[in-house]
Amino acid sequence: MSSQNSEHSDHVLPSGLYWGIWFTLIVLTLVTAWVANIDLGRLNTVVALVIATGKAIVVVLFFMHVKYTSEKLTKVVVFSAIFFLLILLALSMADYATRLMS
Amino acid sequence: MSDSPIALEHHDPNLQHHFVNAEQQRQASSLGMWLFLATELMFFGGMFCAYLIYRYSYPVEFGVGSRTLNLPLGAANTAVLICSSLTVALAIRATQMAKRTLAVVLLLLTMVFGLTFLVIKGFEWKEKYEKHHIPGASFQLSAEDMKGVNVDPQNMQDFQQRTQTFYSLYFAMTGLHALHMIIGVGLFLYLTYATWKGRYTPEYYTPLENGGLYWHFVDIVWIYLFPLLYLIDRNLQK
Repeated sequence: MSSQNSEHSDHVLPSGLYWGIWFTLIVLTLVTAWVANIDLGRLNTVVALVIATGKAIVVVLFFMHVKYTSEKLTKVVVFSAIFFLLILLALSMADYATRLMS
Repeated sequence: MSDSPIALEHHDPNLQHHFVNAEQQRQASSLGMWLFLATELMFFGGMFCAYLIYRYSYPVEFGVGSRTLNLPLGAANTAVLICSSLTVALAIRATQMAKRTLAVVLLLLTMVFGLTFLVIKGFEWKEKYEKHHIPGASFQLSAEDMKGVNVDPQNMQDFQQRTQTFYSLYFAMTGLHALHMIIGVGLFLYLTYATWKGRYTPEYYTPLENGGLYWHFVDIVWIYLFPLLYLIDRNLQK
Protein backbone atom coordinates (compact mmCIF):
# COMPACT_ATOMS: atom_id res chain seq x y z
CA MET A 1 0.00 0.00 0.00
CA SER A 2 1.10 3.55 0.60
CA SER A 3 4.73 4.16 1.34
CA GLN A 4 4.13 7.53 3.00
CA ASN A 5 3.09 6.07 6.33
CA SER A 6 5.87 7.76 8.20
CA GLU A 7 4.75 11.17 6.94
CA HIS A 8 1.22 10.72 8.20
CA SER A 9 0.70 13.44 10.77
CA ASP A 10 -2.27 11.85 12.54
CA HIS A 11 -1.60 9.73 15.52
CA VAL A 12 -4.31 7.60 17.07
CA LEU A 13 -5.61 9.20 20.23
CA PRO A 14 -6.54 7.00 23.20
CA SER A 15 -10.26 6.20 23.37
CA GLY A 16 -10.26 7.29 27.00
CA LEU A 17 -9.65 10.85 25.84
CA TYR A 18 -12.77 10.79 23.66
CA TRP A 19 -14.85 9.38 26.51
CA GLY A 20 -13.46 12.07 28.80
CA ILE A 21 -14.51 14.76 26.33
CA TRP A 22 -17.95 13.16 26.03
CA PHE A 23 -18.31 13.15 29.82
CA THR A 24 -17.21 16.80 30.04
CA LEU A 25 -19.77 17.83 27.41
CA ILE A 26 -22.62 15.95 29.12
CA VAL A 27 -21.75 17.48 32.50
CA LEU A 28 -21.57 20.99 31.00
CA THR A 29 -24.99 20.45 29.36
CA LEU A 30 -26.49 19.53 32.74
CA VAL A 31 -24.76 22.49 34.40
CA THR A 32 -26.04 24.98 31.83
CA ALA A 33 -29.62 23.64 32.11
CA TRP A 34 -29.44 23.76 35.90
CA VAL A 35 -27.83 27.20 36.22
CA ALA A 36 -30.51 28.71 33.96
CA ASN A 37 -33.03 28.20 36.77
CA ILE A 38 -31.06 30.40 39.16
CA ASP A 39 -31.66 34.11 38.97
CA LEU A 40 -28.35 35.76 38.07
CA GLY A 41 -29.93 38.70 36.27
CA ARG A 42 -28.11 39.57 33.10
CA LEU A 43 -25.33 37.15 33.98
CA ASN A 44 -27.59 34.20 33.07
CA THR A 45 -27.00 34.82 29.38
CA VAL A 46 -23.29 35.40 29.90
CA VAL A 47 -22.88 32.16 31.85
CA ALA A 48 -24.89 30.22 29.23
CA LEU A 49 -22.71 31.57 26.41
CA VAL A 50 -19.46 30.97 28.31
CA ILE A 51 -20.45 27.34 28.89
CA ALA A 52 -21.51 26.93 25.24
CA THR A 53 -18.20 28.40 24.08
CA GLY A 54 -16.32 26.08 26.41
CA LYS A 55 -18.15 23.10 24.91
CA ALA A 56 -17.51 24.32 21.35
CA ILE A 57 -13.78 24.79 22.05
CA VAL A 58 -13.52 21.26 23.45
CA VAL A 59 -15.28 19.82 20.38
CA VAL A 60 -13.05 21.76 17.95
CA LEU A 61 -9.80 20.93 19.75
CA PHE A 62 -10.36 17.23 20.46
CA PHE A 63 -13.18 15.80 18.35
CA MET A 64 -12.10 17.84 15.31
CA HIS A 65 -8.42 17.25 16.10
CA VAL A 66 -7.40 20.90 15.74
CA LYS A 67 -5.17 20.56 18.80
CA TYR A 68 -3.22 17.76 17.13
CA THR A 69 -3.05 18.93 13.54
CA SER A 70 0.34 19.94 12.20
CA GLU A 71 -1.35 22.08 9.55
CA LYS A 72 -1.07 25.75 10.44
CA LEU A 73 -3.46 26.63 7.61
CA THR A 74 -6.30 24.77 9.36
CA LYS A 75 -5.80 26.92 12.43
CA VAL A 76 -5.69 30.07 10.28
CA VAL A 77 -9.05 29.12 8.71
CA VAL A 78 -10.60 28.39 12.13
CA PHE A 79 -9.45 31.70 13.59
CA SER A 80 -10.44 33.77 10.56
CA ALA A 81 -13.89 32.14 10.42
CA ILE A 82 -14.51 33.07 14.06
CA PHE A 83 -13.02 36.52 13.48
CA PHE A 84 -15.34 37.28 10.56
CA LEU A 85 -18.36 36.00 12.50
CA LEU A 86 -17.46 38.36 15.34
CA ILE A 87 -17.13 41.26 12.88
CA LEU A 88 -20.62 40.48 11.59
CA LEU A 89 -22.11 40.35 15.09
CA ALA A 90 -20.14 43.21 16.63
CA LEU A 91 -20.60 45.75 13.87
CA SER A 92 -24.30 44.91 13.45
CA MET A 93 -24.84 45.40 17.17
CA ALA A 94 -22.74 48.57 17.20
CA ASP A 95 -25.31 49.91 14.78
CA TYR A 96 -28.50 48.66 16.48
CA ALA A 97 -27.35 49.39 20.02
CA THR A 98 -26.63 53.04 19.21
CA ARG A 99 -29.83 53.77 17.31
CA LEU A 100 -32.56 55.89 18.81
CA MET A 101 -35.63 53.72 18.46
CA SER A 102 -39.08 54.90 19.37
CA MET B 1 -3.23 5.04 -18.99
CA SER B 2 0.29 3.78 -18.65
CA ASP B 3 1.15 0.34 -19.96
CA SER B 4 4.24 0.09 -17.83
CA PRO B 5 3.89 -2.57 -15.13
CA ILE B 6 6.34 -0.65 -12.96
CA ALA B 7 4.17 2.45 -12.93
CA LEU B 8 1.13 0.36 -12.05
CA GLU B 9 2.92 -1.32 -9.22
CA HIS B 10 3.55 1.98 -7.46
CA HIS B 11 0.16 3.43 -8.15
CA ASP B 12 -1.90 4.09 -5.04
CA PRO B 13 -5.55 3.89 -6.22
CA ASN B 14 -6.55 6.58 -3.70
CA LEU B 15 -3.89 9.08 -4.81
CA GLN B 16 -4.94 11.56 -7.49
CA HIS B 17 -2.20 12.13 -10.04
CA HIS B 18 -1.93 15.88 -9.38
CA PHE B 19 -0.75 15.38 -5.80
CA VAL B 20 2.81 14.61 -4.81
CA ASN B 21 1.85 12.12 -2.11
CA ALA B 22 -1.02 10.93 0.05
CA GLU B 23 -0.20 13.34 2.86
CA GLN B 24 -0.35 16.38 0.57
CA GLN B 25 -3.65 15.14 -0.82
CA ARG B 26 -5.07 14.66 2.65
CA GLN B 27 -4.01 18.14 3.75
CA ALA B 28 -5.52 19.78 0.66
CA SER B 29 -8.78 17.92 1.19
CA SER B 30 -8.90 18.79 4.87
CA LEU B 31 -8.21 22.47 4.19
CA GLY B 32 -11.04 22.51 1.64
CA MET B 33 -13.40 21.05 4.24
CA TRP B 34 -12.41 23.66 6.81
CA LEU B 35 -12.99 26.44 4.28
CA PHE B 36 -16.44 25.00 3.59
CA LEU B 37 -17.15 24.97 7.33
CA ALA B 38 -16.04 28.63 7.48
CA THR B 39 -18.73 29.50 4.89
CA GLU B 40 -21.22 27.43 6.88
CA LEU B 41 -20.36 29.43 9.98
CA MET B 42 -21.19 32.64 8.12
CA PHE B 43 -24.38 31.02 6.79
CA PHE B 44 -25.60 30.28 10.31
CA GLY B 45 -23.97 33.52 11.47
CA GLY B 46 -26.51 35.58 9.56
CA MET B 47 -29.28 33.90 11.54
CA PHE B 48 -27.45 34.30 14.83
CA CYS B 49 -27.05 37.99 13.97
CA ALA B 50 -30.79 38.34 13.32
CA TYR B 51 -31.41 36.55 16.61
CA LEU B 52 -29.06 38.90 18.46
CA ILE B 53 -30.70 42.04 17.06
CA TYR B 54 -34.26 40.91 17.85
CA ARG B 55 -33.40 39.55 21.26
CA TYR B 56 -31.79 42.90 22.05
CA SER B 57 -34.94 44.66 20.84
CA TYR B 58 -37.55 42.32 22.42
CA PRO B 59 -35.95 40.78 25.53
CA VAL B 60 -39.23 40.11 27.40
CA GLU B 61 -40.95 38.58 24.38
CA PHE B 62 -37.96 36.28 23.77
CA GLY B 63 -38.13 35.16 27.40
CA VAL B 64 -41.82 34.30 27.07
CA GLY B 65 -41.19 32.38 23.86
CA SER B 66 -38.17 30.56 25.27
CA ARG B 67 -40.03 29.39 28.38
CA THR B 68 -42.70 27.70 26.28
CA LEU B 69 -40.07 25.44 24.71
CA ASN B 70 -39.70 21.93 26.09
CA LEU B 71 -36.49 22.12 28.15
CA PRO B 72 -36.18 18.36 28.97
CA LEU B 73 -36.50 17.45 25.29
CA GLY B 74 -34.05 20.18 24.26
CA ALA B 75 -31.50 19.04 26.84
CA ALA B 76 -32.02 15.39 25.84
CA ASN B 77 -31.38 16.32 22.20
CA THR B 78 -28.17 18.10 23.21
CA ALA B 79 -27.03 14.89 24.94
CA VAL B 80 -28.03 12.80 21.90
CA LEU B 81 -25.90 14.98 19.61
CA ILE B 82 -22.93 14.82 22.00
CA CYS B 83 -23.21 11.02 21.97
CA SER B 84 -23.29 11.05 18.16
CA SER B 85 -20.15 13.19 18.08
CA LEU B 86 -18.45 10.67 20.35
CA THR B 87 -19.38 7.75 18.09
CA VAL B 88 -18.07 9.64 15.03
CA ALA B 89 -14.75 10.33 16.74
CA LEU B 90 -14.50 6.69 17.86
CA ALA B 91 -15.44 5.43 14.36
CA ILE B 92 -12.57 7.42 12.83
CA ARG B 93 -10.26 6.07 15.54
CA ALA B 94 -11.42 2.51 14.75
CA THR B 95 -10.63 3.11 11.06
CA GLN B 96 -7.19 4.46 11.99
CA MET B 97 -6.62 1.15 13.76
CA ALA B 98 -8.07 -0.90 10.87
CA LYS B 99 -10.99 -2.18 12.97
CA ARG B 100 -13.55 -2.18 10.19
CA THR B 101 -16.44 -3.94 11.96
CA LEU B 102 -16.17 -1.65 14.99
CA ALA B 103 -16.11 1.38 12.68
CA VAL B 104 -19.28 0.24 10.89
CA VAL B 105 -21.09 -0.35 14.19
CA LEU B 106 -20.07 3.10 15.48
CA LEU B 107 -21.16 4.77 12.23
CA LEU B 108 -24.52 3.01 12.40
CA LEU B 109 -24.87 4.23 16.00
CA THR B 110 -24.10 7.77 14.79
CA MET B 111 -26.98 7.59 12.34
CA VAL B 112 -29.29 6.16 15.02
CA PHE B 113 -28.40 9.13 17.26
CA GLY B 114 -28.89 11.53 14.35
CA LEU B 115 -32.34 10.11 13.57
CA THR B 116 -33.23 10.12 17.29
CA PHE B 117 -32.45 13.82 17.33
CA LEU B 118 -34.73 14.44 14.35
CA VAL B 119 -37.58 12.40 15.85
CA ILE B 120 -37.38 14.30 19.17
CA LYS B 121 -37.25 17.57 17.20
CA GLY B 122 -40.36 16.44 15.31
CA PHE B 123 -42.24 15.86 18.57
CA GLU B 124 -41.21 19.31 19.76
CA TRP B 125 -42.49 20.93 16.58
CA LYS B 126 -45.74 18.95 16.88
CA GLU B 127 -46.17 20.31 20.39
CA LYS B 128 -45.64 23.85 19.07
CA TYR B 129 -48.27 23.22 16.42
CA GLU B 130 -50.80 21.94 18.96
CA LYS B 131 -50.21 24.88 21.29
CA HIS B 132 -50.69 27.44 18.49
CA HIS B 133 -47.10 28.62 18.77
CA ILE B 134 -46.42 28.63 15.04
CA PRO B 135 -46.29 32.21 13.70
CA GLY B 136 -49.30 33.05 11.61
CA ALA B 137 -53.04 33.65 11.76
CA SER B 138 -53.73 31.06 14.49
CA PHE B 139 -50.85 32.11 16.75
CA GLN B 140 -51.97 32.35 20.37
CA LEU B 141 -50.24 32.69 23.72
CA SER B 142 -52.12 31.12 26.62
CA ALA B 143 -52.25 32.50 30.18
CA GLU B 144 -49.80 29.80 31.22
CA ASP B 145 -47.33 30.91 28.53
CA MET B 146 -47.47 34.43 29.94
CA LYS B 147 -46.69 33.33 33.51
CA GLY B 148 -44.38 35.78 35.27
CA VAL B 149 -44.97 38.56 32.75
CA ASN B 150 -47.51 41.33 33.09
CA VAL B 151 -48.70 42.92 29.88
CA ASP B 152 -51.42 45.55 29.65
CA PRO B 153 -54.37 43.85 27.84
CA GLN B 154 -54.39 46.85 25.50
CA ASN B 155 -50.86 46.02 24.34
CA MET B 156 -51.42 42.28 24.18
CA GLN B 157 -51.90 42.25 20.42
CA ASP B 158 -48.55 43.98 19.83
CA PHE B 159 -46.86 41.78 22.41
CA GLN B 160 -48.05 38.64 20.64
CA GLN B 161 -46.90 40.07 17.35
CA ARG B 162 -43.38 40.62 18.68
CA THR B 163 -43.29 37.22 20.38
CA GLN B 164 -43.90 35.63 16.97
CA THR B 165 -40.49 36.99 15.96
CA PHE B 166 -38.96 34.62 18.50
CA TYR B 167 -40.87 31.66 17.09
CA SER B 168 -39.98 32.62 13.52
CA LEU B 169 -36.30 32.58 14.46
CA TYR B 170 -36.79 29.38 16.46
CA PHE B 171 -38.28 27.55 13.48
CA ALA B 172 -35.82 29.03 10.97
CA MET B 173 -32.75 28.19 13.06
CA THR B 174 -33.81 24.74 14.26
CA GLY B 175 -35.17 24.05 10.77
CA LEU B 176 -31.89 24.93 9.08
CA HIS B 177 -30.07 22.89 11.70
CA ALA B 178 -32.40 19.92 11.14
CA LEU B 179 -31.79 20.18 7.40
CA HIS B 180 -28.07 19.92 8.11
CA MET B 181 -28.76 16.86 10.26
CA ILE B 182 -30.73 15.22 7.44
CA ILE B 183 -27.87 15.92 5.01
CA GLY B 184 -25.44 14.58 7.63
CA VAL B 185 -27.36 11.31 8.00
CA GLY B 186 -27.35 11.01 4.19
CA LEU B 187 -23.58 11.55 4.11
CA PHE B 188 -23.06 8.98 6.81
CA LEU B 189 -25.24 6.49 4.98
CA TYR B 190 -22.67 6.60 2.18
CA LEU B 191 -19.67 6.68 4.54
CA THR B 192 -20.98 3.64 6.44
CA TYR B 193 -21.47 1.75 3.18
CA ALA B 194 -17.97 2.66 1.99
CA THR B 195 -16.47 1.67 5.34
CA TRP B 196 -18.35 -1.63 5.25
CA LYS B 197 -16.98 -2.20 1.74
CA GLY B 198 -13.49 -1.71 3.17
CA ARG B 199 -12.65 1.38 1.15
CA TYR B 200 -11.09 3.18 4.09
CA THR B 201 -7.80 2.06 5.56
CA PRO B 202 -5.41 3.51 8.15
CA GLU B 203 -3.58 5.06 5.16
CA TYR B 204 -6.66 6.56 3.51
CA TYR B 205 -9.81 7.63 5.33
CA THR B 206 -10.07 11.30 4.31
CA PRO B 207 -13.80 11.19 3.37
CA LEU B 208 -14.61 9.77 6.79
CA GLU B 209 -12.49 12.45 8.46
CA ASN B 210 -14.20 15.25 6.51
CA GLY B 211 -17.65 13.78 7.15
CA GLY B 212 -16.75 13.76 10.84
CA LEU B 213 -15.74 17.45 10.67
CA TYR B 214 -19.14 18.28 9.18
CA TRP B 215 -20.95 16.30 11.86
CA HIS B 216 -19.04 17.97 14.68
CA PHE B 217 -19.75 21.39 13.17
CA VAL B 218 -23.49 20.71 13.15
CA ASP B 219 -23.14 19.59 16.77
CA ILE B 220 -21.44 22.89 17.65
CA VAL B 221 -24.29 24.87 16.06
CA TRP B 222 -26.72 23.03 18.33
CA ILE B 223 -24.46 23.63 21.35
CA TYR B 224 -25.16 27.35 20.79
CA LEU B 225 -28.80 27.00 19.74
CA PHE B 226 -29.70 25.15 22.93
CA PRO B 227 -28.89 27.92 25.46
CA LEU B 228 -29.89 30.73 23.10
CA LEU B 229 -33.34 29.32 22.35
CA TYR B 230 -34.25 27.24 25.42
CA LEU B 231 -32.60 28.98 28.36
CA ILE B 232 -33.75 32.62 28.28
CA ASP B 233 -34.93 33.87 31.68
CA ARG B 234 -35.87 30.36 32.83
CA ASN B 235 -35.82 31.49 36.48
CA LEU B 236 -38.95 33.63 35.91
CA GLN B 237 -40.96 30.47 35.42
CA LYS B 238 -41.13 29.66 39.13
